[in-house]
Amino acid sequence: MSRSRPRYKDILKRKKDWPIVNFSQNKKTFLDEVSQHVFDNLIQSKGRKTLHEELEMTIYREKQRVINNPWRVDPKDDLTFWRKIQKKQLSVKESKDKVTVEKEILKEIIDRYCKEIVGSFNKSSYRFAKRITTFGFARLLNAARVKGIKSIFSRQLDLQDQIHVVGEPDQLRKLAKIGTIVLVPTHFSNLDSILIGWVIQFLGLPPFIYGAGLNLFNIKILAYFMNSLGAYKLDRRKKNPIYLETVKEYSKRALEWGCHSLFFPGGTRSRSGQIENSLKLGLLGTTIEAQRALISDNVKDAKPIFIVPVVINYQFTLEAPSLINEHLKRTGRERYYRESDAFSNSKKITTFLMKFFTKKSDISVSIGRGLDVLGNYVNDQGESLDQNEAIIDIKDYFLSGGKINVDKQREHTYVQILSKKIIEEYYKINRVYSSHLVAYTAFKMLERKNSKLDLYSILRLSKEDLTLDYEVFKMNFKKLRGVILLLNEQGKIDVNEKFRSTADESIIYGLNNVGMYHAKRPLIKIKNEIQILNASTLYYYHNRLEGYGLEKHI
Amino acid sequence: MALKNIYKATVGVIGTGNFGTALANLLSEKCNKVLLYARSKEKSMQLIKTRKNGYHKIADNVEIITDLSLLTEKCNLIFPIVPSINFREVIKNLSPYLKPYHILIHGTKGFDFDKTKKSHNPFKESDSQIFTMSEVIRQESSVVRIGCIAGPNLSKEIAAKMPAASVIASEFDEVIELGRKCLKSDRFLIFGSNDLMSTELCGILKNIIAVGAGTIEGMKLGENAKSLFITRGMVEMVEIAKKMGGKVEPFLGLAGIGDLIATCSSKLSRNYTVGLRLASGEKLNDITNSMLEVAEGIKTIEIIYEWSKSNLIRIPITETLFKIMHKKIKVEEAHAYMMKFPFTNEIEFLN
Repeated sequence: MSRSRPRYKDILKRKKDWPIVNFSQNKKTFLDEVSQHVFDNLIQSKGRKTLHEELEMTIYREKQRVINNPWRVDPKDDLTFWRKIQKKQLSVKESKDKVTVEKEILKEIIDRYCKEIVGSFNKSSYRFAKRITTFGFARLLNAARVKGIKSIFSRQLDLQDQIHVVGEPDQLRKLAKIGTIVLVPTHFSNLDSILIGWVIQFLGLPPFIYGAGLNLFNIKILAYFMNSLGAYKLDRRKKNPIYLETVKEYSKRALEWGCHSLFFPGGTRSRSGQIENSLKLGLLGTTIEAQRALISDNVKDAKPIFIVPVVINYQFTLEAPSLINEHLKRTGRERYYRESDAFSNSKKITTFLMKFFTKKSDISVSIGRGLDVLGNYVNDQGESLDQNEAIIDIKDYFLSGGKINVDKQREHTYVQILSKKIIEEYYKINRVYSSHLVAYTAFKMLERKNSKLDLYSILRLSKEDLTLDYEVFKMNFKKLRGVILLLNEQGKIDVNEKFRSTADESIIYGLNNVGMYHAKRPLIKIKNEIQILNASTLYYYHNRLEGYGLEKHI
Repeated sequence: MALKNIYKATVGVIGTGNFGTALANLLSEKCNKVLLYARSKEKSMQLIKTRKNGYHKIADNVEIITDLSLLTEKCNLIFPIVPSINFREVIKNLSPYLKPYHILIHGTKGFDFDKTKKSHNPFKESDSQIFTMSEVIRQESSVVRIGCIAGPNLSKEIAAKMPAASVIASEFDEVIELGRKCLKSDRFLIFGSNDLMSTELCGILKNIIAVGAGTIEGMKLGENAKSLFITRGMVEMVEIAKKMGGKVEPFLGLAGIGDLIATCSSKLSRNYTVGLRLASGEKLNDITNSMLEVAEGIKTIEIIYEWSKSNLIRIPITETLFKIMHKKIKVEEAHAYMMKFPFTNEIEFLN
């Protein structure tokens, strides 16, 4: 057992006090509320399209989706349902009371969406999944690292030796007792969901509800974890207003019910390897709407909503090669053709997990300071602070002429402010490892060496052009490290402890860790040369340090 | 003014300069009451006593005050109209009394230049020490609902009740609406824009060109030359703004071309007057010392000249004006230089 690091007690001892338990026990009431509100909102909203047009378009697109882009997780009766709805819609013409029939159709669609989205949290399977992540992984880890297979029941090592939770976990625990938490992590890998799930229970927090991409439910092992951890499903194929409105209402209501939530505001995994620099505003906006509703409805014991940015620092991303290829294809169009790796399946992930536990590669999860829904820091008591650390009342943001009013345009602008603040926080709490810096240094040197070439030509350089002199490399590494340490002093970036050891040590540690599980390592040292074996994954890992203005110093 | 249009609230103005006073009077026509904050006790005493400020006669429902807490307590909507050089200090003093429900619409057409502050925007790089007034408000206070008022508003004409119009720009529609409610009248039109930063840049950058237009007038080079200068000036303004992250559109409106035409052709404009006097051979120091109010253009030229060095941008007009101001080149030489400058395509910023 590891004694040196803190163990966190559960902040709520009794499971029945968990917000998510209350939520899942009253799921029906909850869904009815969501469905009714979406219905009312859509009927009242004065969009450009009539209800008739909206339904027609939605049904058409949904049928197209079912036929052209079906997924394994889709309900079996998908096609029958949409056919039935279409038939009903076509028969509207003959009906006497067209409006009523169309409203019925709308309600039916919303109800279906609600059922598709809803998570299926279950106390006992949560317990099981939790045991798997902590107990099971720990067994594996011991077997692999300590004394071989016999030590499978030893408790010498467990997950927290490998995953470091840094930043403000204590404040997070305090805030979770006062209000409703919305965790907003960066998104690099499909493993993020499991990792964050582990962090949540490690910190003694009650389970969160997730907004997880439906595509993840295609992979069985992930589907199992996410279902049991209270995930609700977001289907990015459905872009019709009825669906989007339902998702938003679901998230907003859950927050109003006091359910701690988690969503990846970048929307999807970072393809380039760079930290998110634009966020999806839809779901993020529900935090602001929920906060305003809680204040204006004068709900008894209404809890404030806190946003907590989280950065997951990997030195290795399982799916890096396919992600970067996708990114290059998107940005480069016809200039870049390459076979893309097939997407990971359960087997690949299991193999990775084995590798992960047998070799040593630290992961750290940085928990940022809590923010209110406008992006102001909050103190440990959950009070919002302005620039001068003076306490401000969140209610004041929603006042106009002394009264709380609903102003969608205002709230839309607030989301942009919040999103900007979250991104700023990401950059500040991002924890740099020397593996990131070796990748950055090597790629920037390659760029400088071939300043006449564009990115796509650089990525296709031949082997003999992919070597760098070690001494020059070391000099640049040291220079950039100096700049990063300076930024660190100014609170603009975080660094790993090993980052400060001697340059040679630091470089070796970095080289050993950068993309260590890839079939083809991006970067190795041979005698007095640094060799680049895979320029595109190197580019991916290098991107992690973009956005700090480091390029000016090399 | 018909009574039914009255905005039943008290609004505030900070700054008793020409534009501040003109704006307070404009507001007084549409609002119940206006509180005009004077920074110095002497000035306030004088205004209270005479009810006059230069050529402005102060309206009856404008009350002169010197208490910031009273201002923020009574007014949700406040217009800070102070020179850019004092702006940060004013907001700092005001900050303890400001709450997120306050709405600020400023009318200051200059930059803040602070070496110690960093931009709120991590993607804004080398120009991070230059801020517009709305950024200063964001940095120094908890106010988020911010706007600016910009356009051809020569105070003397407003005081004489001549017709005019202005743009109120804000990311928040409610700010524009409130501004319109308090200001729009039979002789004063209000247009709205959601592009706050670009609109601020219009007002700031046009002062550079106003100084230049003054020198052309001072040298009596004729209307053709002046039109040439103003048009090229407009191009330079847009290029600078684009480099700073602004957009072209506001430059084609009242805050851009509109303000440019007014300030580049009127002796009522301070910046234009600076140009005129430079052309007659006066020293910059003598000019600034003898002026009652700040000509923002001088400071803007210095700031943009410095900024351009690290931003790889050609700004022949600003650079030349900088050299004239610092006696590195004579006005006559400057014009000869400008006539030889290798301009290529006329308009490139629309591509």
